[in-house]
Amino acid sequence: MRCTIKCKVVFLLLALLQLFSTGIVSAQEDLLSLLPAEPEKKQFVKNAFKATRVITGQSLEQVAAGVLDFRILHRFGAVNGGLEEAFGLDNATMRLGLDYGITDRLMVGIGRSTNKKELDGFVKYRLIWQGTGKGSLPFSMILISGITKVGTPWPDETRKNYYSSRLAFYHQALIGRKFSEVFSLQFMPTVVHRNLVQSVEDEHDIYALGIGTRLKLSRRVAINLEYFYLLPDQLPSSNTNPLSIGFDIETGGHVFQLHLTNSLGLNERSLLTDTNGSWGKGDIHFGFNISRVFTLSKPKSFRKPETGN
Amino acid sequence: MRTKIIMTILALSAFSSFGQTRYFTRNGKITFLSDAPLEKISALNSQGTSVFDGKTGQFEFAVLMKAFEFEKALMMEHFHENYAESDKYPKSVFKGTITDMAAVNLAKDGSYPVNYKGTLNLHGISNEVTGKGTLSVKSGKVVAHSDFVIQISDYKIEIPALVKDKVSNSVKITVDAVYDKM
Repeated sequence: MRCTIKCKVVFLLLALLQLFSTGIVSAQEDLLSLLPAEPEKKQFVKNAFKATRVITGQSLEQVAAGVLDFRILHRFGAVNGGLEEAFGLDNATMRLGLDYGITDRLMVGIGRSTNKKELDGFVKYRLIWQGTGKGSLPFSMILISGITKVGTPWPDETRKNYYSSRLAFYHQALIGRKFSEVFSLQFMPTVVHRNLVQSVEDEHDIYALGIGTRLKLSRRVAINLEYFYLLPDQLPSSNTNPLSIGFDIETGGHVFQLHLTNSLGLNERSLLTDTNGSWGKGDIHFGFNISRVFTLSKPKSFRKPETGN
Repeated sequence: MRTKIIMTILALSAFSSFGQTRYFTRNGKITFLSDAPLEKISALNSQGTSVFDGKTGQFEFAVLMKAFEFEKALMMEHFHENYAESDKYPKSVFKGTITDMAAVNLAKDGSYPVNYKGTLNLHGISNEVTGKGTLSVKSGKVVAHSDFVIQISDYKIEIPALVKDKVSNSVKITVDAVYDKM
């Protein structure tokens, strides 16, 4: 039986197929490309800032689940105090704080400031997490609510003093984006409600719009800027808008934040309503934040002791 | 008639060898261990993708750096931000060949020691790696295991002097993968 032309073509094709499949031509091919492409996995964008604070205000970062962060915020006196005040080094105000990550999205914190013997506590929740891949949003949104309590003795013991007069509340939304490895930007609309104010002309509710940004200079050094614009006619004219600029320096285990600021406020209430330093007049304070983290609860896959392979 | 028989045999063998010589996995496990005097750092990635050709012994293994999990969140942050630079170099790929594939019979259950050599691309740098491992065949699946040690300075990953006692320059990488037929 003679083979027709059609049959010869099929024969030839099959022989070729055989050659291909036995790997003679497979020497240069890319094996991984043989797998069907997987849809891009959704990934959260992390490390928009090096720390959970831009400078004094909260940043787009949170401590991870199970991690406790012991954080000291420290501000010296104003540099225009001159040599007599060692350019501010003689005075210091600080806040000792503990932050804890309940989940990767929910963090709580407490702190105590020397200024006005103030206690504060807050809850920080990430509603939207910037991500890459299918179904993710290009920005993050974090909501923060806090309470502060002034601890100094009552100025006038003879009048009826209410405990609630010591309290103030604040609410803040952080809306921001890590645009690149180098540049992150966030907006911080904030409202502070004070139960008790100095005089009848003072507003109880203070509205501010903040902006915070990071420019990463190298793998371990970044420059940060934080500014809050207080809406006009809310506070006495002696109050100023807090403006801070600083460096984040990472040394391996720690992030040191060194900065210059016109504010001594270390929680949202004091930052926004107690700032009266002026950059122009040299009311500039040198300050730093240091933090030490402790992993209290490990991620699931690391909880059991290794059993070996 | 004879040509028809030959064609059938050819066709069958062509298609069957297509189906049977290649193996793949999407959940290969990669762990690494840096055992420095002051701190042990280990990480686990269970999303390694690999294809392995049972006939030629060629294989490729790819991992997404972002899929490494750590014991401590700070370790993970430092790994991505300071050492692996995972945003810049999101993937690490090993392309290699098992040099003594002839001694392995994938059709028969058993455990076979093998040698391999290949190129590891990590942090944008490629270096040759040789090592030993085992291939175990059990009911159609191929289980691969191997470990090897790399010097991370070969991959231009620097360790700052301050953490020299906490991060080791030699890092042990362990690979465990269960391959299915493709």
